[in-house]
Amino acid sequence: MNQSTLRWLLVLAVYGVLAWVPALPDAGGWLSLIVPMTMYIALATSWALFSGPTHYISLATAAFYGVGTYILAMGIEAVPYPLLLLIAALAGAVLAALVGWATLRLSGVYFVIFTLGLAELIRQVVTWLQNNFGGSRGKYVFTDITEAHIYWQLLALTLIVFFVGWLIQRSRLGFAIRIIGGDETVAKHSGIHVAGAKIALFMVSGAVAAVVGAILAPRFVYIEPAMAFNPQLSFMVAIMALLGGLHRLWGPLMGAIPFALVWEFIAANFPEQTTLLMGLAFLAVVFYIPNGIAGVMESWHRKLRANQEVDHG
Amino acid sequence: MRLQWMSKTLGVITLAGSLALSAQAEDPIRIGAVAPKTGPLAGGAAVTYWPNVQLWSTQVNDAGGLLLPDGLRRPVEIIEYDDRTDPSETIRAVQRLANNDDADLIIPPYGTGMALAAAPIFDRLGYPMLNVTAITDQTDALTDRYDGVFFTLGATTPIAQGIAKLAADMKADGELGNRLALVNVADAFGIELAKAAKTVFEDEGFNIVYETSYPPTIQDVSPIINSAMDAEPDLFVAFSYPPDTFALTEQAQVAGLDEQVDLFYTAVANAFPAYRNRFGDSINGVYGVGGVNPVNPDFVAYREAHIEVTGQEPDYWASAVMYASLQVMQQAVAEVGLDHDAIIDYVKNNTFDTVMGDWDFVDQQIENYWTVGQWQGGQFYGLGSTQGMDGEAEPID
Repeated sequence: MNQSTLRWLLVLAVYGVLAWVPALPDAGGWLSLIVPMTMYIALATSWALFSGPTHYISLATAAFYGVGTYILAMGIEAVPYPLLLLIAALAGAVLAALVGWATLRLSGVYFVIFTLGLAELIRQVVTWLQNNFGGSRGKYVFTDITEAHIYWQLLALTLIVFFVGWLIQRSRLGFAIRIIGGDETVAKHSGIHVAGAKIALFMVSGAVAAVVGAILAPRFVYIEPAMAFNPQLSFMVAIMALLGGLHRLWGPLMGAIPFALVWEFIAANFPEQTTLLMGLAFLAVVFYIPNGIAGVMESWHRKLRANQEVDHG
Repeated sequence: MRLQWMSKTLGVITLAGSLALSAQAEDPIRIGAVAPKTGPLAGGAAVTYWPNVQLWSTQVNDAGGLLLPDGLRRPVEIIEYDDRTDPSETIRAVQRLANNDDADLIIPPYGTGMALAAAPIFDRLGYPMLNVTAITDQTDALTDRYDGVFFTLGATTPIAQGIAKLAADMKADGELGNRLALVNVADAFGIELAKAAKTVFEDEGFNIVYETSYPPTIQDVSPIINSAMDAEPDLFVAFSYPPDTFALTEQAQVAGLDEQVDLFYTAVANAFPAYRNRFGDSINGVYGVGGVNPVNPDFVAYREAHIEVTGQEPDYWASAVMYASLQVMQQAVAEVGLDHDAIIDYVKNNTFDTVMGDWDFVDQQIENYWTVGQWQGGQFYGLGSTQGMDGEAEPID
């Protein structure tokens, strides 16, 4: 049994334990904390798959998420649920391909601005459609899907994201994208299809965000554009991933979990000051751990190892 | 032996005494409240939600506490959470209130989106949910699904049709022409209201001479007002949100549209005191969504108490309904105590004496409510309601 098989078995064991959270006493309380956390893990990890190696900061998460939410809300009465998740994934990927095709050949700053505007653009299109054709259709999601179902789906999705990320890292695409991140000109001259590689990764993160939006739609019952296309989501995902660290697959995980816990602590104890304290927390992060929590953990690990070597030597 | 007996008795007496004392003063009834203090709906919650929570809890505690069936009173302690206008945060806050804070009762969230997101959680935890600021046409579907969820402020379609029916009556009496300018904010609630109203306007034979929608972020409304004026309407109806309710009114006054039409209507925030404070006497005769009977003695007393305790006026629509929903909870607790199922059952099957008059829930809903009103001499009077409220005023020119 090699090391990576062992690692995957360990991951599966952890998942096996996590899947039992809904069986805890007071499960509702735990789930309302852990569902957003799992959501952010899925979003931040898939976001980092693209933004980590390419250094393109995407603020389009809310756009993909909202598209997924609306696909579920529009289709829930007519289309089987699993099919809707698939459609959401396809729509997210196609949208990402279009956006990527239009912007990824440009330099980073254009991409950031365009993705920021994208959520607002699609929100306006959805509103326009509702205003002219829809009425109140696609506004209510009545299902028997519970918080536990949503949690299990998100859990499964994060597993898929980790697996896809792991596959990409050891594929030709992963290698190509690391070269692009290092020096795009060199990559181009080595015969790598730069734009194609970037678009392919962006499609993965777009598809994941759309599926997350679809999975979460039943949680809110009432769907409105302001909530589905909330730009705050894009920023939260980017901040969590950066906080965790982009250079490791498990980096964003290390950002999303402490972030959610700190947020919970602030919201529970200082409900009047969430925004203020959150801002102070960000400042602390920027000043003291600019390389992310994953970076800090690795440097501790290295120090620990170095100390041990000194002791033994 | 005797000594032991005496000390035991003494202990029991002391214990009973301290229990009685603590029940009087140290053991408050914990009541949760979740609504925006930040985010897009914070402004509305600061008018309609939080002041009523403050007023009600102050009054209850000044009276010695919340009355329970055994005749004892226990003070109420309000546990407040800011949901930042984010339904995910609302869900978390309701869970926190139930699991960590052991709230005895929870006042439902503010805003349709937040309230509906929280409804399944209230249902699963078994808390009664007396909604006020949740307006939807899906009340039947929701009350079928959720046994303890109640609605008090009305449903979208009747509220939107209030103005349409009133205008149709005025047209039938020859007081109003049939040229209609209809505009709406292109956002969830504005779209729903406009759709519902439009069908009635069309059925009643109004000729829509100008129709448009605009984004909620609109900065300059003068093109809308100017185009509406060019169409020479007899009535101007805008299903608007707070920022544009103010902007449309102001621009209409600048351009003279309010003088040109016989009926000028705006929607959300029209019934806020801030609207009158901003425009003064110039909005005399302007129509808006909702209403109250501002000369009803119960409302007058409520309004005075509201100003005294919170330092601000209640609005002329949802504020009094919000207070009435707290009165319902108070009266139910006085009869059946804090058991959730008993409260839900009691609310379904009894009549409540509130600032809004007698309240009877039919299928967990209040069916008689204000739909349209008008500013008359600095107060906003209800003109129309679904089943005829007491004190419907006559429109003025």
